[in-house]
Amino acid sequence: MELFTPDFGMIFWMFVSFAVLFFILWKFAWPMIIKNVESRADLIDKGVEYAQSAKLQLDNASAEAQKYIAEARRQQADMLREADKMKTQIIEDARNAAQKEAQKVMDAAKVSIEQARKEAEQSFRDQVSDYALDIATKVVRRQLDDPKAQKELAGKLLDEMERNN
Amino acid sequence: MKNIYIILLSLFALLFTAPALRASEQESGDGHSGGELNPKEILFEHLGDGYGWEVPFNHHKRIPLPVIVYASDGFHCFLSSKVSDGKVYKDGDVEFMIAPKSSPYSGKVVELADGKEVKPRFDISITKNVCALFISAFIVCCMAFAVVRFYKKNGMRAPRKGVGAIESLIVFIYDGVVKSTLGDQAKRFAPYLLTVFFFIFTMNILGLIVVFPGGANLTGNVAVTLVLAICTFLATNLFGTKHYWKEIFWPDVPLWLKFPLPIMPIIEIFGMFTKPAALTVRLFANMMGGHMIVLVLTLLIFIFAAMNPFAGGGTTVLSVAFSIFMLLLDVLVSFIQAYVFTMLSTIFISLAQEHEHKKEEHQEIKAHEA
Repeated sequence: MELFTPDFGMIFWMFVSFAVLFFILWKFAWPMIIKNVESRADLIDKGVEYAQSAKLQLDNASAEAQKYIAEARRQQADMLREADKMKTQIIEDARNAAQKEAQKVMDAAKVSIEQARKEAEQSFRDQVSDYALDIATKVVRRQLDDPKAQKELAGKLLDEMERNN
Repeated sequence: MKNIYIILLSLFALLFTAPALRASEQESGDGHSGGELNPKEILFEHLGDGYGWEVPFNHHKRIPLPVIVYASDGFHCFLSSKVSDGKVYKDGDVEFMIAPKSSPYSGKVVELADGKEVKPRFDISITKNVCALFISAFIVCCMAFAVVRFYKKNGMRAPRKGVGAIESLIVFIYDGVVKSTLGDQAKRFAPYLLTVFFFIFTMNILGLIVVFPGGANLTGNVAVTLVLAICTFLATNLFGTKHYWKEIFWPDVPLWLKFPLPIMPIIEIFGMFTKPAALTVRLFANMMGGHMIVLVLTLLIFIFAAMNPFAGGGTTVLSVAFSIFMLLLDVLVSFIQAYVFTMLSTIFISLAQEHEHKKEEHQEIKAHEA
């Protein structure tokens, strides 16, 4: 049977072509393909892992963000309250300070007014006494024009001095 | 609706009856098979090899292929058209012809010496099968390099369409067969196993295409499968571990099975050779069987047409239907046989890659189970 006996030429060419094909593919094709397929599989695995972690992080992040927002709101409210308090405090302080200052100014004014008044009083008194002395001098001069009245006055003064002693 | 299809199909069949009849008459009238239809001869002609390549619709014109023979005075190389149709070709001092059917070397190129046919020492002609072999190898190369080129151009992106199909086949074999069986040794043997798979697969599929680039019954040729099996045999035994050889010559069996009379070693050595033999025969027989069934179904048309035109018409419908079915089945078989050859080669190689510690692990597991 021809079909069941291997033909030499066929074996020879099969061996040659298979060897050549194997050599070419072994050197230039299969390792590259396998390397590429595997690195791509790795890449995809890594990508999936990364996506999962990213999703997790995103979920976490939104929760975190909510937390931060709530925190921020609270802080904002706190700050507003604080600011309000501070505002009233500042106003109060300012008012007090102003009052104190005003008091001080007023006290100083009072003192200066008093002083001025005293000075005025003094000068008034001095003037009055000057006037009075002038008047008295004039009055006394006119009354003492006649010697009788002089005597009378000298007598009166002596009397007074006596009484005082 | 169904009836219309049946009627149309019958009409179609009858249409083809007449040419079929004429064809069968022609064939018998040509003296091609000694006067009448000789199914056996046609069958074996199509299953076997030839010096030229048939073209459709013409039984005499063939694509000439180079004949290379080492005759009594050295190498001779000429086109097969020079010796077709029983012509005698004189190349230098030697005359060549294709041996007639009466000769023991029927169908082969022989040297005529003193009117006697002498078989040349070597006949490494590029026959139909050899040519188909080159075409298959070229196609496999193209397939593999299409993927490589895609990677070079597109980097890490995954290929689509044709290249994607090739790549998925590679991954299917590499991940599903090679890696899962050989483990960390996979990279070492993957090039061989992938080459084997794609080469066999391409040859199988090409064999199913009836016109020019295909039609050669390549994997149904015992020489082809034998070489592939020898390669697996070499890959198994050349890279076998110390443990593998120990298991062959001094297996782990009771002493009397191996000492005075080495029964087990003999069986093991025998097994070394039966494995590639089984590989050879399995692929060869499967593919040849498929081709033979399709050929027989086609021949049935001519056999019945020679008896009665109407019987021939009826057979046409049935034969074509069955042929299509068988060809579709052969597409499946082509893939399965390529897969099986690769898988068994992988298993044989992996059996020769076993190390001592693996066995200890097995024993430990067994001890645990006990």
